Amino acid sequence: MTLADLKPGDKAIVKGWSSSVPPLRLMEHGILPGTVVEIVRFAPLGDPVDIKVRGFHLSIRKEDAAQIILETEFPA
Amino acid sequence: MSKSSVHTNLKQVAKLKRVALIGNPNVGKTTVFNVLTGMRQKVGNYPGVTVEKKTGRMDGEVPIEIIDLPGSYSLSPKSLDERIAYDVLSGHLANEPRPDLVVCIVDASNLERNLYLVTQVLDLGLPVIVALNMMDAAEAAGLVIDLKLLSEKLGVPVLPMSASKNEGIGKLKYQIRRTDLTVAPERSWTLMPAVEVEIPALIQILAEEAPKVPERQRFIEVLQCLTSDTMLDYWNKWAPNFQKEVQQARLRLLSNKVPYQQAEVIGRYGWLSPLVAQVVTRKKNVGDASVSDKIDAVLTHRVFGPLFFGLILLLIFQAVFSWATPLMDLIESSVIGLGAIIRASFPAGMATDLLVDGVVSGVGNVVVFLPQILLLFFFLGLMEDTGYMARSAFIMDRLMSRVGLGGGSVVPLLSSFACAIPGIMAARTLANPKDRLITIMVAPLMSCSARLPVYTLFIAAFLPTGKVLGLITFQGLAMFSMYLLGTVMAFVASMVLKRIVFKGESSFFAMELPPYRMPRFKQIFWRMIDRSKAFVIRAGKIIFGMSIILWGLARFPVTEPSAEIALLRSSADTVFEQRVDSLASIGVPYAEASEQIGAEMASRYRRVDAAEAGFQIEHSFIGKIGHTLEPVMRPLGFDWKISAGIVSAFAAREVIISALATIYSVGDVGEDSPLLREKLKADTYPNGDPVYTPLVAVSLLVFFVLALQCMSTLAIAKRETNSWKWPAVMWLYMTGLAYLFSLIIYQGGMALGWG
Ligand SMILES: Nc1nc2c(ncn2[C@@H]2O[C@H](COP(=O)(O)OP(=O)(O)OP(=O)(O)O)[C@@H](O)[C@H]2O)c(=O)[nH]1
Ligand SMILES: [Mg+2]
Repeated sequence: MTLADLKPGDKAIVKGWSSSVPPLRLMEHGILPGTVVEIVRFAPLGDPVDIKVRGFHLSIRKEDAAQIILETEFPA
Repeated sequence: MSKSSVHTNLKQVAKLKRVALIGNPNVGKTTVFNVLTGMRQKVGNYPGVTVEKKTGRMDGEVPIEIIDLPGSYSLSPKSLDERIAYDVLSGHLANEPRPDLVVCIVDASNLERNLYLVTQVLDLGLPVIVALNMMDAAEAAGLVIDLKLLSEKLGVPVLPMSASKNEGIGKLKYQIRRTDLTVAPERSWTLMPAVEVEIPALIQILAEEAPKVPERQRFIEVLQCLTSDTMLDYWNKWAPNFQKEVQQARLRLLSNKVPYQQAEVIGRYGWLSPLVAQVVTRKKNVGDASVSDKIDAVLTHRVFGPLFFGLILLLIFQAVFSWATPLMDLIESSVIGLGAIIRASFPAGMATDLLVDGVVSGVGNVVVFLPQILLLFFFLGLMEDTGYMARSAFIMDRLMSRVGLGGGSVVPLLSSFACAIPGIMAARTLANPKDRLITIMVAPLMSCSARLPVYTLFIAAFLPTGKVLGLITFQGLAMFSMYLLGTVMAFVASMVLKRIVFKGESSFFAMELPPYRMPRFKQIFWRMIDRSKAFVIRAGKIIFGMSIILWGLARFPVTEPSAEIALLRSSADTVFEQRVDSLASIGVPYAEASEQIGAEMASRYRRVDAAEAGFQIEHSFIGKIGHTLEPVMRPLGFDWKISAGIVSAFAAREVIISALATIYSVGDVGEDSPLLREKLKADTYPNGDPVYTPLVAVSLLVFFVLALQCMSTLAIAKRETNSWKWPAVMWLYMTGLAYLFSLIIYQGGMALGWG
């Protein structure tokens, strides 16, 4: 499952990246294996998506979100 | 600046203590900079407001130089503005030593992500102070931060503050003035072991090959080089062996499947996350959804979001185009009044003509647009300061990506409605160089405020009044169409550029959505004032100079009227004398008789004067230029006067107004029609056909929407793209588009019988 598959309000733990060269920029924002991410909402036209990570809001494109692989178990 | 003052400045800089402010975008760096230096740099609640470094002076017994840097999330440069920050801090710039002190401005309400950059700065081995800004916001969010523990862990002073409320600034000033600050301690975090083992050897080589790099800075240089291609290229020139070794280390790591690019991020966050967990506690009683989240639920809502965005745009247009009118009328009538006063108090003659027709009306015709520009900057400032600007990018990203741009281009393009120059500069915040270049290339198609005067004049003069469907005025709709045309063309152009020039590259988009904040009207007000000042000075310089030149071009060479016109005058004189004589013969005193006949023949003489003046202009330099161009411009519906106006507007669009004012007021001696638009309406070809039909006006308007008539835009595009190639392409494609569209419109309209 990837971040793009979640629905608004869902939380999940990041497991890793589907691409061999992970987007450094997202990592610098603190999106790393083990980080909890929450989908806040999708933009009116369905893309990009507003996610909450480490207490702040970041908007990223769905195609980039689809590269973020999630753990199967959900955070408490 | 004179030569000597440059010299003394350099001397002082050498002694000055230099303090750099760095931090993530939108954490209040510029706000801190402004309170420290008493300057007024632009502040906005939008990531990436500062795109260049700015320097200022903090006064005191020993003045200190403060450097405001563009916000960056990381010191590993990936975009141009981030590179600037790293270059300044690492001393990579020629003639500029490393700063003596770095103040890291940190958003206290978002500590973890902010501290990532701080750990990088600590590794530079410079004295560091951490300024924990936005304490008010952190408190409101229910965060309690153990300052003492944080300071202990980082090994540098940590100062709480709320810069926008002026709290905590005194302590920061005190710390900045201290002379006994020691450098930040060495790192206490580690890389993954496979990467860590490569470091010492690389440090060794760098030390040998580039001994200038300070010892404590070597580690971070090695790390940057290992993970960032930009920095790898940099060392190619300065330390080729080092660069080769790094490349080999990369290959080794790669063959062992070590994800070395991630090593730094994982290492730093691995150290930071537990630290932050220890230092920050969250009060229980504060609700989960903040006010900001609640506002966002509405403003980025599926339905209300776009609706609201559309409403905001409409409101801005409404304000700029109708609320500004009363003020503009006031300015217009004062300018006319001023001209009359000058004429009344100076002797008639060439100097007075120059003053009134050239200078006063030239500058007046531009200053008249100040109210609109003020309003535009007010709304843009409001959007930026509240944080709505970032939401507009969020809402628009999908649409923008369809045309080859991204949500990040929304703001540069929106700013270009005010002026392409800040718009082009704002494109620096785009991480992807292709996105940035495309944005720069299409930004000048957005209708800037300099086009407004032209739109206003021609729409008001030549398009019908009345309402469409009883709702919107026809003229308002026309104005909106001009903006729409420019915007649509910008999208088309970017689509074409993306398809043809930058085939197959996708853009990356990651933008922070800052919390909503109350706008600070004082800030917005000052920015409006600064912008208007810049505008008026521009009007003062370019327009003033151009007005004088144009006046001269229209006035010279002085030409004797043609035989035909001379005959008109001499026959008028003959009639005049005969009638005066016949009155005198019945006993009317000569003076009284000539006054009476003069009044009776006033309109005849006025026609003669106008014919003479028209002849003069037609044979003046500007007339010659216009005539030379007329064959090329005729198919667009433009006569020699409009052609001359377009030529004079090459440097700056709004000049066409003063050019036409010059051409027409010099050619018109009557006092009945002081307004330029009346004069334009009254102008006819020799056969009696009006020069300006609505079709000509539309053709001219479209030409101004699309043509690149602005030296400053070309200059800034050259600076930002670092070559003349792109500005040249820009000028050619825009002017080509303008000619093509005007041609199609005029010829099409004529064919349909709308002429
Ligand atoms: N609540 C609160 N807001 C602040 C504080 N300091 C600054 N702000 C606001 O934060 C926003 C960003 O301020 P700037 O000074 O432009 O930030 P910057 O770091 O220079 O931003 P960039 O140049 O874009 O990197 C503005 O809306 C400020 O009014 C503070 O202490 N508390
Ligand atoms: Mg700033």
